[in-house]
Amino acid sequence: MIIRTASSGYVHPVGSEITSRETYLNRREWMMAGAGATLAAGGFWSTAVSAATVSAPGVLPPLKSVPSLLEGARTDERITPYKDASTYNNFYEFGMDKTDPARYAHRMKTRPWTVTVEGLVRKPRVFDINDLLKRAAMEERIYRMRCVEGWSMVIPWVGYSLGHLIDEVEPLGSAKYIEFHTLADADTMPGVKARILDWPYVEGLRMDEARHPLTLLTFGMYGEVLPNQNGAPVRMVIPWKYGFKSGKSIVRIRFVEQQPTTSWVRSAPQEYGFFSNVNPDAHHPRWSQATERRIGEGGLSARRHRTQLFNGYEPQVGQLYTGMDLKRFF
Amino acid sequence: MGVGTLLRQLKWPALGLAALPAIWLWYAALTDRLGANPAEALIRGLGEWTLILLCLTLSITPLRQWTGRAEWALWRRGLGVWSFVYALQHVTVYLWLDMEWSLAQAWTDVMQRPFILVGTLAMLLMIPLAATSFNRAIRWLGATRWKRLHASVHAIAALALLHFFWMRSGKSDYADVLLFGAVVVLLWLLRWGYGWRR
Repeated sequence: MIIRTASSGYVHPVGSEITSRETYLNRREWMMAGAGATLAAGGFWSTAVSAATVSAPGVLPPLKSVPSLLEGARTDERITPYKDASTYNNFYEFGMDKTDPARYAHRMKTRPWTVTVEGLVRKPRVFDINDLLKRAAMEERIYRMRCVEGWSMVIPWVGYSLGHLIDEVEPLGSAKYIEFHTLADADTMPGVKARILDWPYVEGLRMDEARHPLTLLTFGMYGEVLPNQNGAPVRMVIPWKYGFKSGKSIVRIRFVEQQPTTSWVRSAPQEYGFFSNVNPDAHHPRWSQATERRIGEGGLSARRHRTQLFNGYEPQVGQLYTGMDLKRFF
Repeated sequence: MGVGTLLRQLKWPALGLAALPAIWLWYAALTDRLGANPAEALIRGLGEWTLILLCLTLSITPLRQWTGRAEWALWRRGLGVWSFVYALQHVTVYLWLDMEWSLAQAWTDVMQRPFILVGTLAMLLMIPLAATSFNRAIRWLGATRWKRLHASVHAIAALALLHFFWMRSGKSDYADVLLFGAVVVLLWLLRWGYGWRR
């Protein structure tokens, strides 16, 4: 039996975590899953808690969701404080300093907002963000997030699997990859004028990666809508890849035949690869990837964590890369 | 009071001021005031102050040449020693927080990553200079040999800049690197300019 204690990162129930109406109405769903989880987790209380979404910090409008039932989608590691997750960001359109996005991202207008889905699909269309929010049931997923720079967080995201959206537009057989373009608005984004990268920021996935249920089309975090600096109103989260693969503030999704040339590959091909799967053995030329610093874990005295292959999601995604040389295709 | 006396009397207060950035960085790091990633902020802060102090050290000779006051030289060794003290803290905190005292890991890091190798070389070259930064050392070595040894400060500055440049490369984030580079090059030009005129 696994005994979890506060020091090992277990989130204990508090008054503010009273089950929401939505969760209550969905109780049959999670109780079914809970029956199995009870055996695994070794106690009723664990089940009850993991079945509640995290309590919102009360900064932005709430975004209701139910805890995801997907395997691997809810780590029980200690969640990074909201303040750290919303003030320590890489979002170069707003500047290169980690605190720049939190300082300047409020200028970005997230309404009206559309996402154009185009390319090799039977039903290309332009989704309004309000429509996109309703395309599938919102789930809360607690993912590890590993940045290529050697730090990591644990973040409760709100969204649904990108696969739902892919199904709606009916990709053609020739669509082998998908490409995301994020907003590049020189009027509201100081970094876009600075020409740090070739804007707009382009990221991409192979079709099987994009369809993997863990790939999350994300609208919120910590039970609320996304803060602008974290990629409002909609972003990608691909938990087994380095953070830069998870593009923020997405405006365009394109289905293509050839592997896209992503922004970082174009800028520094010797440092960043198309796949960029988290891999402790594939070293970055300027630093080791063997360990990571978990943000928000008690300042200087906190020990570094060992980085896991595919950021610990190997049981879920390992089969996507069977037979592939992960050092060559980094 | 003459300029010479002023420079002489301000030497210790000025050198004392150089401790303030380190005091602030350590205080902020230990009281959780360095943001979400205090370890990184501490390592980078100490590295940047090493560069600033190196620039100040290199500015003494041009200042002396420009003002014609030899007393500036009284400040030079003190500033050089401070550069070394900051570099030493920078390396120690890297070994502590990034390498967690694993010398095997640090060795791999030095061998695999050119920017760490270059930083390590700069650090090693500083040791003989710091070790001979007292009056008796000058007498032992003789002024000529001492000066020749201490001319390596220019190589140290170049290596430190290269270390900083490589650390930032790949992210095309060169604004600070260019600033420090420009300062160092300007100081070299001034020094050579004055030397030429004389």
